[in-house]
Amino acid sequence: MEVVMAITVGVLYAAGFYMILRRSLVKVIIGLALLSHASNLFLFTVGGLTRNGTPLISESGVMEAEVYADPLPQALILTAIVIGFGVQAFALVLFKRVFQTVKSDDLDELTTTEQAEVTS
Amino acid sequence: MSTLILAPILITLATTIVCLLAWKRLRLQQLMSIVGAAALLATGIALLTSVMRHGILVVQVGNWPAPFGISIVADLFSAMMIVVTGVVGLSVVIYSISSVDLHRQRHGFHFLLHALLLGVSGSFLTGDVFNLYVWFEVMLIASFVLVALGGERAQLEGAIKYVTLNLVASALFLASAGVLYGTVGTLNMADLARQLSGETLSGVPTLAGAILLIAFGIKAAVFPLFFWLPASYHTPPVAVTAIMAGLLTKVGVYAMIRVFSLLFACEFAYARPLMLFVAAATMVTGVLGAAGQFEIRRILSFHIISQIGYMVMGLAIFTPLALAGTVFYIIHHIIVKTNLFLIAGIVERIKGTCQLKKLGGLYGHHLWLALLFLIPALSLAGIPPLSGFWAKLILIRAGLEAGHYALIATALVVSLLTLFSMTKIWNEAFWKAEPEKDASDLSAAIPKSVFPLAVPVCLLAVLTVIIGVSAEPLFALSQLAAEQLLDPSDYIDAVLK
Repeated sequence: MEVVMAITVGVLYAAGFYMILRRSLVKVIIGLALLSHASNLFLFTVGGLTRNGTPLISESGVMEAEVYADPLPQALILTAIVIGFGVQAFALVLFKRVFQTVKSDDLDELTTTEQAEVTS
Repeated sequence: MSTLILAPILITLATTIVCLLAWKRLRLQQLMSIVGAAALLATGIALLTSVMRHGILVVQVGNWPAPFGISIVADLFSAMMIVVTGVVGLSVVIYSISSVDLHRQRHGFHFLLHALLLGVSGSFLTGDVFNLYVWFEVMLIASFVLVALGGERAQLEGAIKYVTLNLVASALFLASAGVLYGTVGTLNMADLARQLSGETLSGVPTLAGAILLIAFGIKAAVFPLFFWLPASYHTPPVAVTAIMAGLLTKVGVYAMIRVFSLLFACEFAYARPLMLFVAAATMVTGVLGAAGQFEIRRILSFHIISQIGYMVMGLAIFTPLALAGTVFYIIHHIIVKTNLFLIAGIVERIKGTCQLKKLGGLYGHHLWLALLFLIPALSLAGIPPLSGFWAKLILIRAGLEAGHYALIATALVVSLLTLFSMTKIWNEAFWKAEPEKDASDLSAAIPKSVFPLAVPVCLLAVLTVIIGVSAEPLFALSQLAAEQLLDPSDYIDAVLK
């Protein structure tokens, strides 16, 4: 299972970085979403995968490592997903406004901030 | 005691909420904004005195015992950063009320500004790696909206670059938190420090350290990861730029110092040659970038990068004196850099532009402004007796003691080039004769009231002079802070007791 997850995470990271390096605005935002998914899945995997375990400690107070499923990585991921969702929603609106203002989705057109004369 | 540590977070949170609730009542928002920022400064000072008296203060949120819950920790370094956050926050709030246009102020400017301060305060006070990630995100999302608020073309284009690169950094930060939890089994910084210290580590936590270095490096805008900064910082209104220039990159530097002095103190030996190189390269590229610019805010943006190099230099040398120098430098830099941007804003208000070619003659018309500009500008370049001189002196002394001569030479040359940039602004904007202007320019140059804008500028300039003239108290404080940073046992004991 770890191997499958590791490959998935790797592919997601690779795809995410590839998409960010593209010139199209839409592809950049897809890339950002993929990167955030990759990080969440990565956090999930390195936190330890336990099948059919419960996150409960028996009455005796002894934690049995092989059946104990650690709930913390999932709590962390939940937080990260919520944050990622908010940030991506903002990024989507921002990118739409940029498209409306610049009338182009080509990142190479966005060079006014690099020019010596900024008219703002 | 516990309320005092949480107070900076609670006050900024309360101010944010009140500003949001008073959406339609701008006067009330402005009033609450000032009150909130002043309260942040006051609690910051109270927190600092309390930390000086009682040592490191800790609150376990929700009374969960240390490695399980979230710890909020205030050591000297954090408390100093909270104080300077209050200073900058208050100055920028006062400045923004008369400088930011009403349209932006009506659409949540004050609310966002305090959300930003909330994120910054939280980042300085947290003692938990994942919690640090959350505060970073709070700070980032507020700054994203602040950069884009107003929706001018240059702002939007700057925002895209800023948002994209910072989101990449966040994803990396999250991944490294995952690595730390997966291998060490805790995210509490003190617990991490205890478990990572002493034994020789496997490669995996080192990997986490390397990823963290990249993630914080992007946020702190060090060489080769700084490209988002000069592309975006000059685009929003100057009050926004001032607070971001003062605080945001320094939060990255703070996180870097915290993580590498506490968590990876022994691992850090591997990374130090790299850090020394990064520090030198950051200084040089920043200052050379500034030399080619002819717009005040762009020049100042590039100088942020070059100054970050000095802070990283202290961290890379990693002796008590060097770290004290870094702490001193951060405090000095936040005040001076914010002030320079605020002055650039006044220049823009008077002349309607920040383009050096179109400026001139300000020395004749506005002598007071010229003198006010000289204080932070000379301080930035490191002219005695202003604060920047002492900051650089400490760092260079530390470098000499540690024998990093090439780095020292770089730092000295860079500070000369900084002086060159500052004199360029001085010559073009203040000293040279006013360029001939046509009728359209005249209408733009109708004198507007700049007095309310000058108040925070004077406040910060006085602080710069005070730090410069009597550097000893701040230096002693920085030394104590550096000792705390270099000896994590106090921190660990305070959190895990």
